[in-house]
Parts: sequence; C-alpha cells; structure tokens
Amino acid sequence: MPTDSSVRVRPLTAGPGVMAAMVAVVRRDLQASFRQRQDLLNPLLFFIMVVTLFPLGVSPEVSFLQQAGTGILWVAALLATLLSLDHLYRHDFDDGTLEQLMLQPQPLYLLILAKVLAHWLVTGLPLVLLAPLLGVMVHLEGNSIGILCLTLLIGTPVLSLIGSIGAALTLGLRSGGVLLSLLIIPLYIPVLIFGTGTVAAAAEGAPVSAYIALMGAFLVLALTLAPFASAAALRISMSNS
Amino acid sequence: MWQFFHKLGSPKWFYGIATRLMPWLLVGGIALLLAGVVWGLAFAPKDYLQGNSYRIIFIHVPTAFLAQSIYIMMAVAAVVTLVWRMKLADLFVRSVAPVGAVLTFLALFTGAVWGKPTWGTWWIWDARLTSMLILLFLYFGVIALAAAIADEKSSARAVAVLVLVGVVNIPIIKYSVEWWNTLHQPATFKLTERPTMPAEMWVPLLLAVLGLYLIFGWLACLRMQTGILVREKRTRWVQELVRTGGH
Amino acid sequence: MMAFDSLAAFIAMEGHGPYVWTCYGVFFLFVGGLMAWSIRQRRDVMRSQLRELERDSTARAGREAQPAASFTRINPS
Repeated sequence: MPTDSSVRVRPLTAGPGVMAAMVAVVRRDLQASFRQRQDLLNPLLFFIMVVTLFPLGVSPEVSFLQQAGTGILWVAALLATLLSLDHLYRHDFDDGTLEQLMLQPQPLYLLILAKVLAHWLVTGLPLVLLAPLLGVMVHLEGNSIGILCLTLLIGTPVLSLIGSIGAALTLGLRSGGVLLSLLIIPLYIPVLIFGTGTVAAAAEGAPVSAYIALMGAFLVLALTLAPFASAAALRISMSNS
Repeated sequence: MWQFFHKLGSPKWFYGIATRLMPWLLVGGIALLLAGVVWGLAFAPKDYLQGNSYRIIFIHVPTAFLAQSIYIMMAVAAVVTLVWRMKLADLFVRSVAPVGAVLTFLALFTGAVWGKPTWGTWWIWDARLTSMLILLFLYFGVIALAAAIADEKSSARAVAVLVLVGVVNIPIIKYSVEWWNTLHQPATFKLTERPTMPAEMWVPLLLAVLGLYLIFGWLACLRMQTGILVREKRTRWVQELVRTGGH
Repeated sequence: MMAFDSLAAFIAMEGHGPYVWTCYGVFFLFVGGLMAWSIRQRRDVMRSQLRELERDSTARAGREAQPAASFTRINPS
C-alpha cells in the first residue's frame, strides 16, 4: 500500500522546519557561548599552556620539538576538547532547555548534531586556527603545519562527536568531569593515532591522501553513529533526573 | 523459545540453575586448567626459538582470549539490556566487568614478563600489548560508570550504551594501533600466532583456554547470584533462601 | 616424556625460570583471589541479609508484644 504509507510516514524534510530548528539551536548555542566568553576562552588558553609546558618540561631543542611537535599539539587539542565537553549539555540541562529540546517534534539526532556543530565552532575551530601559530613555535616545517591543520580540521569534529556521547552519559552526575575523561580517552586513541601518523608520514615524504581519506571516513562514521548514541544516552540521563 | 527466554529473565530460575551448574563448572574448570598448565609447563617440548620462556603462553593466551571475549559477551548482554530490558543481562555486564579487567591485566602482565627474556625489556609498545592496555581502559570506564549512577534502571541502560560504543570502537582501535606500530617500528618478533605449532603445544593451550572459560562461567554465576541477592532482597524467595542458608 | 631431566632443571628452566614462575604465580594469585573475593562477597551479602531479617522479625515480635504490655500497664490505673 504505497499511497497509504506515504501518508502515514512523514518524510524527514516535511517536519516543521528541521533545518530551521537546527539553525535555531546552533544560533542559540553560539549566542550563549559568546555571552559566557570565559567558557569560550578557557579551552584555548589551556591548549596554549599545555603546549608551552613541553619545551619547558622536556627540552627546547629544535630537533626534539620538531619531532614531538605534532604529537604535543594533537594531545593538547584533545585535552582542550575534553575539558570543554562538560559544557556541551550542562547549561541546557541546568536551565531546563534540554528537556524542551527533547520534546521537540524534530528528530533528536539532528538537534544533537546541531549542538555538537555549535560546540565545535566555538572550541574545535579556534583550536585549528590557533594551531599554525603554535606549530611555528614548536619549529614544525611549513608543509607539516599545513597537514597538521588539515588533520585537526577533520579530527576535532570527531572528538566533539565522540565526546558528546560521554557528556550525555555523565550528565547530572556529581563527579562527571573526571569520569567523562575516563570514558572518552580510550575512544579518542584512533583519532590521535591517525592525526599524528598522517603528519609523520607527510614529513617522511609519503603520500598522505589515503590517510586523510581514512580520517574522513572516521568523521563520516562518527557523524552517523555518535548522535544516535548521544540521543540514547541523553534520554537515559534525563529519565534519571 | 519465548518461554525459555522469559524464564531466562527470571532471577529465581537463573539462581537455581546457577546453583546446579556451578559445581560442574568449578571442578571442570580447575581440572582442565591444571591439566593444561601442568602439561604445558612440564611435558610440552621446548620451543626452538624462545626456549622455555614460551611456556608463559599457556596462561598468556587464555587470559588474553578471555579478556577479549568477555567484552564481546558484555556487548551482547548490552544489546539484550537495551532491546528487551532484561535485568539479568545488565547484571551480567556489571558482574563480569571486574573479571574482565583482572584478566586483561593478567594478559598484560604475563605479556610484559614474557617480553623481558624475548625482547630484553619489560614493556614494549607492541601492537597487541597496546590494544590490550586500551581494552583495560575500556573496562575501567564501564566499571566506573556502573558505580557512578545510583538509579538501577538508568545505570543499566547507560552502561549498555557505553559498552556498545566501546565494542564499535574495538576493531577501529585494533586497526589503528597496528598501523601505528608499523609506522614507528619495524615488525618485531611476534609473541603468539606461531604458524607451525605442534600438537604437543596447542593441545595443552586449548585445555587451558577451556578451563579458564569454565572458571569464568563459575565466577559469572557466583557474582550474578550475589547481585540477585542484593537486588531481590525484598522478595519472598530470596528471604527464604537467606534463612535456609542458600540451599 | 617430560621435557626436563630433573626437578632442578624444571625449576630453573634454563634461566627462564624466574619469568615463567612469576607469571604463573601472579596468575594463580589473581585468579584465586578473584574467586575467593567473589565467594566472600556472596557470603557477606547472605549474612547481612540474614541479620536484617532476624532484626525485622524481632522488631515485629516486639511490636506485637507492645500493645499487650501497654494494656497491662493501663489496666491498674
């Protein structure tokens, strides 16, 4: 009964403005983070400070920094993202917006995607933009810096997406922050490996397009699966409170 | 079939079955494990390349094998928790997660000690050991989350989601760690997977694996029984059981 | 049949003895510890619940006895 089912099953786009709802979520989150400027700045400052620790703590030698620079920048970016994840749902959870969001007719999957996008725009993207500067400070070569920024550009959204699952699972728990890191860091390892590995391969003169493509595959996989898991986790956390 | 499934979901039925199964699991497990270990230690021929240090294989491989398959079993139980809301499945996950963590640690420890005579260092960032270490982190995450959420129902489902997210990641982690390993060091001497392992070596290995499996089954039954006692302490049958001393 | 000539050779394992025996020792220690710990846990749960039940039943017995006591106390006055 094709005609019947076409009546009953509402296509995704025919919902009351799915795109409009997503844009509204992104705009609202962006506005909220620009009002709370400190939240916006803190991960960035953390990123810079962690990178600064390595020349001070290990060695300022050019050869060491050149070799370890990519790893340092990637690990610092990873930790900075981790630090910011707690804010992803926390404010909305506290003021009840999250509850309203879950009652919306639009699929929660897409609304979460919008929230993660907003989160990435205010944390991941600034990290990527700041990376060349720090790359110069750790004596990376021009080509390496380019590849590093590219891997960060593909990798940080994956970090935000995977992190959203952990943030949703630990929502409303007292020791949420540390627990969140504990749950999420193992899941970040593949992204870290391929992010730094691609730059290392490029430095050795190997072709990197295959690795970049693989990271792109990570991003696609995270885009399709992570919001689902996040939505499930959010529903569980909300039913708890 | 459905009746069986329903029965399986009943804590009382499971408790009885477990009580009847456990002696067999325990005796069989200890017998097989000891047979495998004694055979492997004393009777299996010496390895021509690694000498006698290879005898660690008879516990290293069983622990590593169990460590991985326990996580897979937990993932299956997580699906059951989410789809059918079966309480026993959740109980299984939180009962065996510490067992999985201990076995993962043992696999790491034996691997590291084995590495000393083979590679000359205690720890080497070998692909297998590294993915084992990450598996240990995953177990810690599950245990920590299970302990952090007080509400029984949402704790069950949150842990199930985490286990499933982890199990999706395991192949990706394995693949990426292997790639990372080839990037940073030439292929080293592999611990396991000898292509030509004579029967005198793999038969005791198989015995040890089976034995440890049975012991794991016993542990799972025992720990799930403990969980049932705590969760169902208001029911009449548990109170009866407690009064009669568990018989 | 046996891979070693003597007990001493078996323990020494041509120099690899310490490694092998450490592994086996830690393995049996941990697996045995896990088993003992799990048995203990169930026994402790059983015991504490038994204590709880006994306390409950004595409390109930006390509650049933109390009205009679107050009745007798009221009676003389």
